[in-house]
Amino acid sequence: MAETEKDVSMPTEKVPAKNLLRDVVDKVYAEAWEAKKRGEPIGWSSSKFPAEIAETLGLKVCYPENQAAAISAKHGGQRMCEYAESMGYDNDICGYARISLAYAAGAGGDERPMPQPDFMLCCNNICNCMTKWYENIARMHNIPLIMIDIPYNNTPEVNEENVAYIRAQFEEAIKQLEKISGRKFDEKKFEEVCANANRTARAWLKACSYCQHEPSPLSGFDLFNHMADVVTARCRKESAEAFEALAEEYEQSVKDGTSTWRYPENHRIMFEGIPCWPELQNLFRPLKEKGINTTAVVYAPAFGFVYNNMDEMMRAYCKAPNSVCLETGVQWREDICRENKVDGVLVHYNRSCKPWSGYMPEMERRFRKDLGVGVVGFDGDQADPRNFSNAQYITRVEGLYEIMESKKMGGPKSE
Amino acid sequence: MSNIESLLAKFAEIADSPKKQLDRFVSEGRKAIGCYPYYVPEELVYATGMVPMGLWGKPGSPSKAKEYFAAFYCSLVQMNMEMALSGDLDKLSGVIHTTLCDTLRPASQNFRVGIKNIPMIFMAHPQNRKPEYGIEYTTKLYTKVLNELETIAGRKATEEDLREAIKVYNENRQAKREFVRLAGEHPELVSAVARSAVLKSSYFMEKPEHTAMLKELNGLLAEAPAAEWKGTKVVTSGILCDNPALLRIFDENRIAIAADDVAQESRSFRKDASEEGDPIRALAMQFADQDQDTILYDPELNTRPPHIVKLVKDSGAQGAVVLMMTFCDPEEMEYPSLMQALKEAKIPVLKIAYDHQITDFGQARTSLQAFADVLSQKKL
Repeated sequence: MAETEKDVSMPTEKVPAKNLLRDVVDKVYAEAWEAKKRGEPIGWSSSKFPAEIAETLGLKVCYPENQAAAISAKHGGQRMCEYAESMGYDNDICGYARISLAYAAGAGGDERPMPQPDFMLCCNNICNCMTKWYENIARMHNIPLIMIDIPYNNTPEVNEENVAYIRAQFEEAIKQLEKISGRKFDEKKFEEVCANANRTARAWLKACSYCQHEPSPLSGFDLFNHMADVVTARCRKESAEAFEALAEEYEQSVKDGTSTWRYPENHRIMFEGIPCWPELQNLFRPLKEKGINTTAVVYAPAFGFVYNNMDEMMRAYCKAPNSVCLETGVQWREDICRENKVDGVLVHYNRSCKPWSGYMPEMERRFRKDLGVGVVGFDGDQADPRNFSNAQYITRVEGLYEIMESKKMGGPKSE
Repeated sequence: MSNIESLLAKFAEIADSPKKQLDRFVSEGRKAIGCYPYYVPEELVYATGMVPMGLWGKPGSPSKAKEYFAAFYCSLVQMNMEMALSGDLDKLSGVIHTTLCDTLRPASQNFRVGIKNIPMIFMAHPQNRKPEYGIEYTTKLYTKVLNELETIAGRKATEEDLREAIKVYNENRQAKREFVRLAGEHPELVSAVARSAVLKSSYFMEKPEHTAMLKELNGLLAEAPAAEWKGTKVVTSGILCDNPALLRIFDENRIAIAADDVAQESRSFRKDASEEGDPIRALAMQFADQDQDTILYDPELNTRPPHIVKLVKDSGAQGAVVLMMTFCDPEEMEYPSLMQALKEAKIPVLKIAYDHQITDFGQARTSLQAFADVLSQKKL
């Protein structure tokens, strides 16, 4: 009680939401380390594995994709990729996978250390590469792998046989994880966890929606940093609260006419794809120089899993960027482009992500036709800096800028 | 020309001219369905009276397909798209498109929207294919595919049609397995180039016709006296190994193919389907039984490397040649484990880059020449 009294009596400065968000992610990793020390089993999970199951069972889980992004952003990506290549993994393989395989093999990774796994949670809604990546690590450590397979969709609707198939896998995953955790699955706790996950998703979507304002109260690149929480801790109340705090800050910024984007907002674009984490500064530089704010990123709908019941939850996990059909993918993007009022699209042809980049040429054509906006692509990689050329990127951004300027001046509508 | 040579020449002619085969089927009033890799149950196509045609790309470089794919996509898928965009597949009445890898996923969407004149039948196989719920899912998936095929064919397939199709395909698979064994025993009669043509031709032929020719060939090979092979033997592994220019280098260096773990070859005919019970469920069970493949989830985590080690030992090969399909992540991802298992078993291995765009196998020639020497030492 004393502490509460102290909290009430002493006026405290409001903690910025970005700090709250950072603390939540740090806590996820810290708790995993503590659990490991206590001898509890630690899981490594793909980013869109149904986190609700492990959370309900009180299992501590780390996220290799988040780790790989953090290591890459801190410029450890190339070192780790090269380590994996020395193990025989081809440099064509996804950079996240190479970093993760290297870390699992003991290559270090001080940029974002996490305990080695005791079980693997694989959901291939994001890609098939995940299946073999996780199998390799499970093989390396001789540990169990829990596999939830989400068949790729060819239509916007998820059909009943897919739901039944996925539901059966959820049930099996629960049984497998009950064994690993030594605990019974508590339905009441599960409901609570799902409520948190929904609250986090809604708060995340709300925060992202502030990009719709003109001018935007935020630089869209901020969302790349904040998404770590929605990946690693979406079932936690603290994440929901932190995103709600973030949305409140944006609301206030709109009122105050302030923004985390400190440059003119001459143009607004959608950044298509996963960012090149090792090159964030290089990605940002020509955009700020030309006053191009990123006000739309595909990650907003990609992690906004909102559901009301078990069937909806199954369907929600079928809606990852790389598991939906072309039409759904286009609609997601065109909706946020319209809502967030962009006049250009910058497409990242990501060497690490074949399923994502595989229908981008067709999407580019649709964006031009349906939205009448400028669209330009560049070659890069989410983790391996060797696949990015800054000179090419600058040229492409300049090209996009010229198209957008020309359209602004009433120039030709086509490129 | 011996009977064996004349049969091999016939297989080679067919393997080299899929378009001619397609024209022939269509001129005879038949409908043909293109089948993408991997694990399309061709029995469903056959049961509706249509002809399945395998789509494994063709040698060359993409031009029109570049409108759909960046450069870092596998040439098999790109060349299928190229053929479709160039009108080579116009005579097909439909295409079954699978999605078992990260290139096939978006490729299915590109095909659907980019190729308007050929109906696409979508097929998303399950990876959790072994538990009952996986078998049920596959059964429903195959039923849907069958319904779409029936619409194209304009006729229903009865249970009897399906059972007959399974029988026909089992017979063909058995004949192919037997041929692989006999070709491994008689490299003096079946070159690597010829071996590939025999297996590849089955993608462009009606199965009863292929089986009949193959049984005749198998009979002749079985009767052939055992001959001493002065060269060496390997097991090949990869997605494709069908370029005659590369296979000629095997032959020139007297490297025979004793057995294979190639997707277009043995991986596609390892398992038969039950001829009893519900035929669609039997096909789903057949898929559930598929294993030791880079594109399939392995619930036991590591069954493929020991399988290939065993294949090398059982077939009397001295080494393994991995044909690494450029930009194929599943194959690349499983390479280190395979390497390790082969190394532990003291089996020499050679990795060669392979794709439809390679026309000059100069580097492969040098490597295979050196590898032949290594294998000869091993043979001694």
